[in-house]
Amino acid sequence: MTTVLDHATDAPMERIALVDLLDRLLAGGVVIAGDLVISIAGVDLVQVSLRALITTVRDELLPDMGEERP
Amino acid sequence: MSGAPSSGAPPVADAVNQADQADQADTAVYLYGVARGLDPSELRGASGVAGAPVRGVVAGGLTALVSTVRLAEYGEAALRANLEDLAWLEATARAHHDIVDRAAHAAPTAPVRIATIYQDDARVAEVLGAQAERFRSVLDRLTGRTEWGVKAWADPSALDAPDTHSGGGLAPSAEPPTGPPASARSGSGSGSEASRLGAEPSAGAGTAYLLRRQRERRRREDAGRRAAEHAGTVHEDLAGLAVAARRHAPQDPRLSGRSGTQVLNAAYLLDDERVDDFLAAARSAGERLAGVEVEVTGPWPPYSFIGEDT
Repeated sequence: MTTVLDHATDAPMERIALVDLLDRLLAGGVVIAGDLVISIAGVDLVQVSLRALITTVRDELLPDMGEERP
Repeated sequence: MSGAPSSGAPPVADAVNQADQADQADTAVYLYGVARGLDPSELRGASGVAGAPVRGVVAGGLTALVSTVRLAEYGEAALRANLEDLAWLEATARAHHDIVDRAAHAAPTAPVRIATIYQDDARVAEVLGAQAERFRSVLDRLTGRTEWGVKAWADPSALDAPDTHSGGGLAPSAEPPTGPPASARSGSGSGSEASRLGAEPSAGAGTAYLLRRQRERRRREDAGRRAAEHAGTVHEDLAGLAVAARRHAPQDPRLSGRSGTQVLNAAYLLDDERVDDFLAAARSAGERLAGVEVEVTGPWPPYSFIGEDT
């Protein structure tokens, strides 16, 4: 199981962070054309998901920073 | 018994038949990755995206790891919307990783990009056959190797610290490093932004203040440059122990939840027998560099080392 290693002992410490997972899952892995979602699976996925992250971070995680909100 | 896929009938026939009996108009097949020589019992009890059981589709000595998904959730339009929902993306990413990780511990496994969807198992088998050479070459490269992540942060207070190498001209000040000069604070005594803007300090005090701000900025830039250089050195050292290395973009602090400047976010593909040396080198890099914190994650399935460019 993938884990974050403790600094001193190299022992597994905690569950991996989503951000580490997304570094790899959004930009890694074998890219093959699927049947149903060619446009997403090929080119657009990283952009689509990064937009999701930015939107979510702005709207949900930092509600007090809403200078761009109506 | 090794469970070699070449012996006898494909062990997944029952699972395939079950999937075929599902209403195919409403479902599709999610592909996690492709393994070679995977004992199918390793998948027993594994649940993938949306909690569905995972099965293997075997073709040409390769095993595709798949599960059935509903088009209402994983069809093109639904997927486009769901990928913009961070909670959904996290659940899918974790499920995808759990399956690939589980398989990778049992047999060489090439993960595929998240959200790769096919009509049915027959199409997966067809693609597996058509891409067999490519998967074999990827798997050859990954066999006996794992990916490890190393991130490094420079402590912001270390970045702000006076540069001990730049001589005696910058004696530490007793004042807060970023505060306005004392004369500008005399009005309210709070040192707030408003009092700074409202006060009219003398020309001498104002000039000294600006000079001090300038020195602080330069000091910070120097410290940032040194941290980046340290990170480059650490990366070179670690890459020397790896089969391949790749730097990812620095992570957004709002997503990582970490303060400080991320000066390294890299992945390394290691031969299994080099892992201990690598971990020791990463730990010693963290101990050697004052003000730099190093974090290691792994072992990862080799997500970052699939592409033809690596």
